[in-house]
Amino acid sequence: MPQIFHHSTNFISRMSIYGAVLILGGLALALYEIALSPWYTDQNVSREQPVPFSHRHHAGELGIDCRYCHTSVEKSSFAGLPPTQTCMSCHSQIWTNAGMLEPVRASYRDDVSLSWTRVNALPDFVYFDHSIHVNKGIGCTTCHGPIADMPLTYRAASLYMSWCLNCHRQPAEFVRPKSEVFNPYYQPPSHDHPVTAEDGTSFVDQAALGSYLVKEYKIQSLQHCSTCHR
Amino acid sequence: MSSDPKPNHAIDLDAIRARLAQPGGRRHWQSLEQLQDTKEFRNFLENEFPSNAEGADKERDVINRRDALKVMAASAAMAGLSACTKLPTEKIVPYVRAPEEIIPGKPLFYATSMALQGVATGLLVESHMGRPTKIEGNPDHPGSLGGTDVFLQASVLGLYDPDRSQTVVFEGRISSWQAFVAEMGNLQSQVAPKGTGVRILTETVTSPTLTAQIRKLLQQFPEAKWHQYEPCGGDNAREGARLAFDKPLNTVYRFDQAKVVVSLDSDFLVSGPGHVRYAREFASRRALEGPQSEMSRLYVVESMPTSTGAMADHRLPMRTSDIQLFALHLASAVGVSVSEPDMATPLLPPGQVPQPQRLSPTVENWLTAVARDLLSNRGKSLVVAGEGQPPVVHALAHAMNEALGNSGKTVYYTEPLEANPVNQTESLRDLVNDLNKGHVKLLVILGGNPVYDAPTDFGFGFALLKAKTRVHCGLYNDETAELCNWHVPAAHYLESWGDGRAYDGTIGIVQPLIAPIYDGHTLQEVAATLTGDSGKSAHDLLREYWQSQRPEKDRAFEAFWERSLHDGLMANTALPAISAQLHPVFEREFSSTAAAASPNELELVFRPDPTILDGRFANNGWLQETPKTVTRLTWDNAAMMSPVTAAQRGLASGDYVTLRSGGHELKAGVLLVPGHADNSVTLHVGYGRRRAGSVGTGPGFNAYFLRTSSAQWVASGLQIEKTGDTYFFASVQHQYTIDFEGHPAEEESVNAFRRDLVQVATLDEFRKDPNFAKAPETTESHGLSLYPDFKYTGYAWGMSIDLNRCVGCNACVVACQSENNIAVVGKDQVMRGRAMHWIRIDTYFDGGLETPEMYFEPLPCMQCENAPCEYVCPVGATTHSPEGLNDMTYNRCVGTRYCSNNCPYKVRRFNFYLYSDYKTPSLYGLRNPNVTVRSRGVMEKCTYCVQRINAAKIRSEEENRQVRDGEIVTACQQACPAEAIIFGDINDKKSRVSQLKAQSRDYVLLADLNTRPRTSYLARVRNPNPEIHE
Repeated sequence: MPQIFHHSTNFISRMSIYGAVLILGGLALALYEIALSPWYTDQNVSREQPVPFSHRHHAGELGIDCRYCHTSVEKSSFAGLPPTQTCMSCHSQIWTNAGMLEPVRASYRDDVSLSWTRVNALPDFVYFDHSIHVNKGIGCTTCHGPIADMPLTYRAASLYMSWCLNCHRQPAEFVRPKSEVFNPYYQPPSHDHPVTAEDGTSFVDQAALGSYLVKEYKIQSLQHCSTCHR
Repeated sequence: MSSDPKPNHAIDLDAIRARLAQPGGRRHWQSLEQLQDTKEFRNFLENEFPSNAEGADKERDVINRRDALKVMAASAAMAGLSACTKLPTEKIVPYVRAPEEIIPGKPLFYATSMALQGVATGLLVESHMGRPTKIEGNPDHPGSLGGTDVFLQASVLGLYDPDRSQTVVFEGRISSWQAFVAEMGNLQSQVAPKGTGVRILTETVTSPTLTAQIRKLLQQFPEAKWHQYEPCGGDNAREGARLAFDKPLNTVYRFDQAKVVVSLDSDFLVSGPGHVRYAREFASRRALEGPQSEMSRLYVVESMPTSTGAMADHRLPMRTSDIQLFALHLASAVGVSVSEPDMATPLLPPGQVPQPQRLSPTVENWLTAVARDLLSNRGKSLVVAGEGQPPVVHALAHAMNEALGNSGKTVYYTEPLEANPVNQTESLRDLVNDLNKGHVKLLVILGGNPVYDAPTDFGFGFALLKAKTRVHCGLYNDETAELCNWHVPAAHYLESWGDGRAYDGTIGIVQPLIAPIYDGHTLQEVAATLTGDSGKSAHDLLREYWQSQRPEKDRAFEAFWERSLHDGLMANTALPAISAQLHPVFEREFSSTAAAASPNELELVFRPDPTILDGRFANNGWLQETPKTVTRLTWDNAAMMSPVTAAQRGLASGDYVTLRSGGHELKAGVLLVPGHADNSVTLHVGYGRRRAGSVGTGPGFNAYFLRTSSAQWVASGLQIEKTGDTYFFASVQHQYTIDFEGHPAEEESVNAFRRDLVQVATLDEFRKDPNFAKAPETTESHGLSLYPDFKYTGYAWGMSIDLNRCVGCNACVVACQSENNIAVVGKDQVMRGRAMHWIRIDTYFDGGLETPEMYFEPLPCMQCENAPCEYVCPVGATTHSPEGLNDMTYNRCVGTRYCSNNCPYKVRRFNFYLYSDYKTPSLYGLRNPNVTVRSRGVMEKCTYCVQRINAAKIRSEEENRQVRDGEIVTACQQACPAEAIIFGDINDKKSRVSQLKAQSRDYVLLADLNTRPRTSYLARVRNPNPEIHE
């Protein structure tokens, strides 16, 4: 019986098989990359806001404490967004005519809330609590990134579960003294910049500081589902 | 109802009796279906999710091959796509000026009160950012002590009910409050100066402020009249007190002081004034710390089995109309001087042929033993008469308590709670007469729905139309509102300022949690439009009234006011006990009261519904779906009767029959209730609403059609006729039956473990063998698992449920629904076994069909340490926490339902459809923000209120301490009026839950499966009278 297919078809079939694997693999890789990309996670993407509020100016250059505006961060799950009144406590005195601040004044005048676009959003089935994190020595910048250097605020982390677990599995790598929690310029200890714990002990590397603080603050590595989901 | 060609088979009593008599059979049974081993029961027993429940809407099941393929293809495509959604952009909208005290993310609690049938119960209401979400009892309030009941728990749903009346309506058109006020001003000047033809109709009023307003109105208009009507109010109790003491008095019981309690048809644990408090007091005398503890004894005589009947040590099923005779004999036996003529020809109206009115020998023996028990506990006993009994029985109960020296010890009397204690039936009759005579120019109905619930012989609807101007103020645009010219939406109590008296007279403050969502106004504000105070808000009216009443002035009053608002009550305002003298001519009154029906005559008994009361809660989905005590019926009422009575008349559960009584007729479904008195049919009122709202319009049968003013609680001469149709009920009684038969024991030793799910002993048996509830052999079960034992080093959460305390009131069921955003599924889905309640109250019977003992067993998730559900989850959606919780991660669940299939306790619930209402905006406010609202295709279950556990843990960690015992209270525990549920850390040996679990009565369900549940039970101990042999 003569051969039905010419020799050259071997090449084609081989190419098809390899090609299929490649294409499927490529597709999977592409999907994976998309899922991690800022386009999908909104990481490092600054959002448009009614007022171009600058954390760099307020928290960085002026050195206003985080808690001046985010009042409930130590007490509640929700850090709190300042009421217009808080903005106006300064801006009724300074920059009173700045065009940029007109929405703030309008809000105060008309008693209509400002509507900010949420930058750090978690899905509704995740129950994150700010207070326990800041009370256990997790600094603002650990999750929110270099906030004092953000002219417009952006999400500094993917906020994926894997990212959460990364810290929950090894809190010692991220914890800092409670006194440093609200310091936007905090750097982990190094030989040049040692970090002092509350009792005066000085640390030059994070591993030592971390394991000391984990013990001191009784930090647990909670990884079971109902920690966050319920 | 459908015209099913297949007739219902009448119940085969002999077969059931034979089955019950079988030796070696399991002692406890749950339903007649189980005893008859019907196909439907098998279906529910063997399938976790029976697909074709009888009577369920078949339309929904029909799916052909083509559709199935379409759905499958679509699901596959959607499953892939749904993973690719980006998180939507959210907005944060902060306050402009932040109110004080509110910390976003932290709930606040405010004290308020809810008045039901005039009696106020103190509450603490949880508020999230200004939204009331959860009702708890106020521990400082005497009527609550922290406990609640189903009505209080479910009332928060009533606030957000989208069917509530939203605008002022004039002649069927939308109007405004301003127009109403103006019109009232006009009318006022028209009827001035005397107010001829002005009538006010209210429900029972205990509010001092509203009373003062109405009194002021009556002063302004001397010819105006005030009527009160409540379909299930306290007329009999009032008349009974009048009969006994010559004046209406309020009776306050002290069950914590009573060693022997006799209930004459009184369901005091779950209904009537003070029942939340009474459940606590009663339970305190039933709790056993050990074999040496004493416990009280409860005798109940009643027709329809109730919670109180189920708690009884001895329950005597008796026709409601016969209880009068029983009471008379009992009174005589405990030394009330009931003269001989009364005994010989008792209780017959003139002209009726006297019949031998002797009690049957068994009842006679029973009565003698009860009387002896009462007499040997003078001053420590208590006789309680139920609202459904005629005044004479109430009077007899008072006389017995006097004769037994209980007065001042286990019972005391105060001035009435009502400001104007009238006979409400007569009050309404007067109004109807005036209406019919055309004397009424202006009728203002403040609350209530008399067109629906007035006695049928009054023809209230027709009479009402004869009033020139009719004004109705109520929560709903209901049957009464429809016939009125003006309808004003009432403010819900969570939107109102007001006051009301507790069962002991303590004045509770009603404080709003939220501004009226719609155009609601309080009754006080509506009343103010008539007294010329229309500019004043309810708050001002309340405050001004108390400012004028209290001795404190100026700053002292401010302090008092602040304190009262904070506490939710005015301290030391309970009505003082007064001494009451039995009326001297009291005895003579007996013979003039109504007759007992002849022995074989059927009586028809009316009772308020256990879940929707007199119909006012008909539109509350939580209450509609709450299984009623004992029958476990949802979404319906039924003509309930004993199996014997049904068998005699060839009836079976589900027969659709015509009931004829007093010249009126009604079609209703028949439901057989074991333990119901023979020759008696009980019908709950409150169903068959015509204009209740999207939930309440439709279900059930309107018993008010049969209820006449002369026979409000019991009517004799009922006739039943089959229609040939079948009615399908949604009863959950035989659903979720824990299946023994599906797991046949292979060896004898296993059988030894197979213990009844509810463990019961008498007090004597318990004292002889304190460990009766424990499995006989404590085989070392550790190491039987392939997995190594987990060491619980931190907290280990556990729960103990005391079956001796649980009164089966369902408060936990509704509390859980409220706390955990549990959806309502509707009758059709309930019939398929898809009700979503995370905790259910299994009801077991023990003994024959006539006088079975009844036991309640609340069943939440057992939180097994070796949880069968966890092993079978293919996606790790249900996992174990290091603190021993079975975590359920909704966002991971793909809905295989394997976990539920593998759960021997049948506590998992699956969202077959999108049960949660995502669409109705008003319901957004209702939800607990700390619990996920579950979507379709997701399994859910009890988590021991993990949101509360986490909140307490975070609080304790921040304060650098351990969680204190009692700091975490689950929703079911908090709601329980009887303190039957205790939750805590079992690794802390000093915790309350550890101590309870260390008691000898402690046992777990299905111990032989080695699931090692964290929820354990304290076995039920009964305290029967050795003189009574049943």
